[in-house]
Amino acid sequence: MADTATSPDTGDDDAGRRDFLVLAASGMGVVGVASFAWPLVHTMNPSAEVLALSTIEVNLDPIEEGQSITVVWQGKPVFIRKRTGAEVAEAEKGDAIDLRDPQKDGDRVQKPEWLIMIGLCTHLGCIPLGQKGTDPKGEFGGWFCPCHGSHYDTSGRIRKGPAPKNLPVPPYKFVDDKTILIG
Amino acid sequence: MNTAPQWKNPVIRWVDERLPVFTYMDHEYGQFPMPKNLNYFWNFGALASIILVTMIVTGIVLAMQYTPHVDYAFNSVERIMRDVNYGWLVRYIHMNGGSMFFIVVYIHMFRGLYYGSYKAPRELLWILGVVILLLMMATAFMGYVLPWGQMSYWGATVITNLFSAIPLVGNWIVTLLWGGFAVDNATLNRFFALHYLMPFVLFAVVALHVVALHMTKSSNPDGIEMKGPQDSVPFHPYFTAKDAVGTGFFLLFFAFFVFFAPNFFGEPDNYIEANPLVTPAHIVPEWYFLPFYAILRSITFDVLFIPAKLMGVILMFGSIMILFILPWLDTAKVRSAKYRPIYKYVFWIFFIDCIALGWVGSQPPEGAALIIGQLGTFYYFIHFLVVMPVLGKIETPLPLPASIAESVTGGGGGASAGAAAAKMEKP
Amino acid sequence: MRKAMISAAAAVMMALAGPALASGGVEIPKREWSFEGLFGTYDRASMQRGLQIYKENCSGCHSLNLMYYRNLADLGYEPAQIKAFAAENEVQDGPNNEGEMYDRPALPSDRFVKPFPNDNAARAGNNGALPPDLSLMVEARVGGPNYLYALLTGFTDAPEGVTVMEGMNYNKVFPGHQIAMAPPLSDDGVEFTDGTKATVDQQAQDIVTFLAWTSEPNMEARKKMGLKVMIFLVVFTGLLIAVKKRVWADVH
Repeated sequence: MADTATSPDTGDDDAGRRDFLVLAASGMGVVGVASFAWPLVHTMNPSAEVLALSTIEVNLDPIEEGQSITVVWQGKPVFIRKRTGAEVAEAEKGDAIDLRDPQKDGDRVQKPEWLIMIGLCTHLGCIPLGQKGTDPKGEFGGWFCPCHGSHYDTSGRIRKGPAPKNLPVPPYKFVDDKTILIG
Repeated sequence: MNTAPQWKNPVIRWVDERLPVFTYMDHEYGQFPMPKNLNYFWNFGALASIILVTMIVTGIVLAMQYTPHVDYAFNSVERIMRDVNYGWLVRYIHMNGGSMFFIVVYIHMFRGLYYGSYKAPRELLWILGVVILLLMMATAFMGYVLPWGQMSYWGATVITNLFSAIPLVGNWIVTLLWGGFAVDNATLNRFFALHYLMPFVLFAVVALHVVALHMTKSSNPDGIEMKGPQDSVPFHPYFTAKDAVGTGFFLLFFAFFVFFAPNFFGEPDNYIEANPLVTPAHIVPEWYFLPFYAILRSITFDVLFIPAKLMGVILMFGSIMILFILPWLDTAKVRSAKYRPIYKYVFWIFFIDCIALGWVGSQPPEGAALIIGQLGTFYYFIHFLVVMPVLGKIETPLPLPASIAESVTGGGGGASAGAAAAKMEKP
Repeated sequence: MRKAMISAAAAVMMALAGPALASGGVEIPKREWSFEGLFGTYDRASMQRGLQIYKENCSGCHSLNLMYYRNLADLGYEPAQIKAFAAENEVQDGPNNEGEMYDRPALPSDRFVKPFPNDNAARAGNNGALPPDLSLMVEARVGGPNYLYALLTGFTDAPEGVTVMEGMNYNKVFPGHQIAMAPPLSDDGVEFTDGTKATVDQQAQDIVTFLAWTSEPNMEARKKMGLKVMIFLVVFTGLLIAVKKRVWADVH
């Protein structure tokens, strides 16, 4: 910026004070603009009625052994399966195998018969088949993603195919024996 | 051209050689000569552009959450107020910003009227300003419809119905505006599209307004041109600093309303969702339209072959159109009312007339209010069409000061002459 | 300088607002409300009583559409209490796997349940009159809380010479003085859980405070932020004035 108004008569002291004042004022100005900008940006974050739906309660009572249901949570499908004893055993056997995404079955469930996971393939987001009795379940008895051929086992872990990670387990807790709260 | 600055910073130099933004900014704001005798009424143009930017920014943020459909509009605004993070803040800023915009622009215009800023060579600057006013009014009118409250709906109905007064094609025009047989979803949707568009058109006209200003440079309270560097100071830092002070006070005023009286300028009826089958007891536009509303309703009698309704519409639009020709209506040889002993009073009478018309607009059009409205409308046009041309011819102006520098220091250049290091532009 | 004058003028204008006049020129006395003024807050205890009045007295005819049960956290209720309060109401959901709509208890994430499914049903149940939604009532009437209080306490016998039409009730402040709503409040009509004596005045005070909150739940946040912003701006403007004076020192 070209040198403009010079003050011929003011001494260094005044110039120093003016610089401090200008610095302080500019600093406050920046703080002011930032404090104005933040709320505007924050309006784009999830609003209260969206956050209110960030948890759902699911009644597990009607689900029989060997049966799966799908619920929607935060816009995503969640697979809830009441596993048979055989499926649990099969899953525990898988603990010893060299897995792409190593995880023990016991670390993926709170109660062994209840498997709860987000039903989106970790490859590119399709919904794997295996919830219905008539669906293909893949080579490991769990779920099979038809888009690019990922196979998941009875614990929802990736065994074969392009998916990098196991089907994720959402945060949940047992409100009582028959009900879970997801989220 | 002034001496172009030699930029030391290599990055700045690289950019500037290819797109001279930095030289441009230095020329238009770093060195630009401003009369040193400006008072705080010259802040209002800068304030108006700050509000414009604020309105655009808050408007876009609101548009992310608003639904322009008759079944959802009202509730989407309430959702913004209740569920969207800080939605209430953005909405209140936008709502009150509209009123602020008109307060600032009206003061800016009255400054122009008082100090003769519209006179040669600044006629086009003034005309562009009137265009900006019209765009503001269109934008504000459409914006008020969007929340889809009772006043939104009925105000839209009344004002769009005005166009039916146009002979022959009136009803066809109204149907085209509505997109139907009444104000309804088609109308709301197109008002939203246009309300989003207008501010950017406005922004372009503001840019032209500033370019025109930079051609003639600012006028000043004495109404005499700058003659040399002793009369001026560069815009930066003098007027960046002064405009910042004005902005601080303005923000205090604005913030007071946003945080402590957010519904002061509004109407309770607009918190009721629009109901086409129930008309509110009093349909009132927003305060900044009240004087024009008064003019519209003051014509209760047919004039020759022109029906009353049409005459009202003609005068209402006429009251703004007349501003376009003001530079030619005013015959005075001096600009500023400071040196026009009679016009000084005439100006204040006109000002009071505008305030009175504003009050009339808020009242039901009957009794004393109607009479005052009719007198006020009559005087409004008399002021422009009779008083301004005649006064310029018969008034003897006071002697003008020899120069701006003289009027600032009260005689002689002295030490202050050296203060302005900026070089004068040749017009 | 000029701007200070304008602010002062605005302040004076508002101070002179005085007792509001309802349309029709009836004078509405101004009461003191906990939520008015620069530092106003919503009286939680009063709001809780107001909620009780709404539930027992008003919700039979008046909806509260814009409120969700989860908003009751503002009144100081715990999540479990809110869940229980919500669950006392039934909401229609569905369709289920059989394609049928079914009823379920309301959740905190649901809106307050409407007493009537639509406006026509509301009219049919109220002799043709439509009980308005109350969510914004305090902001939607000239005189706001003062008007509503005067309305609720303004039911009297018609004065000499005034005939009240069938099905209508005389009210001192309602425009036209005849309102389809029967007096909703009566002394001890509600038994407050906190033991406060339920006079009509007290009930009116509490329901209006509650409705002031439903009209603008974010008021307290607004005033709190406003205070911080004003203080910041005062300091900031002070600094800017100092800078300006320094810059202009050589010209003046």
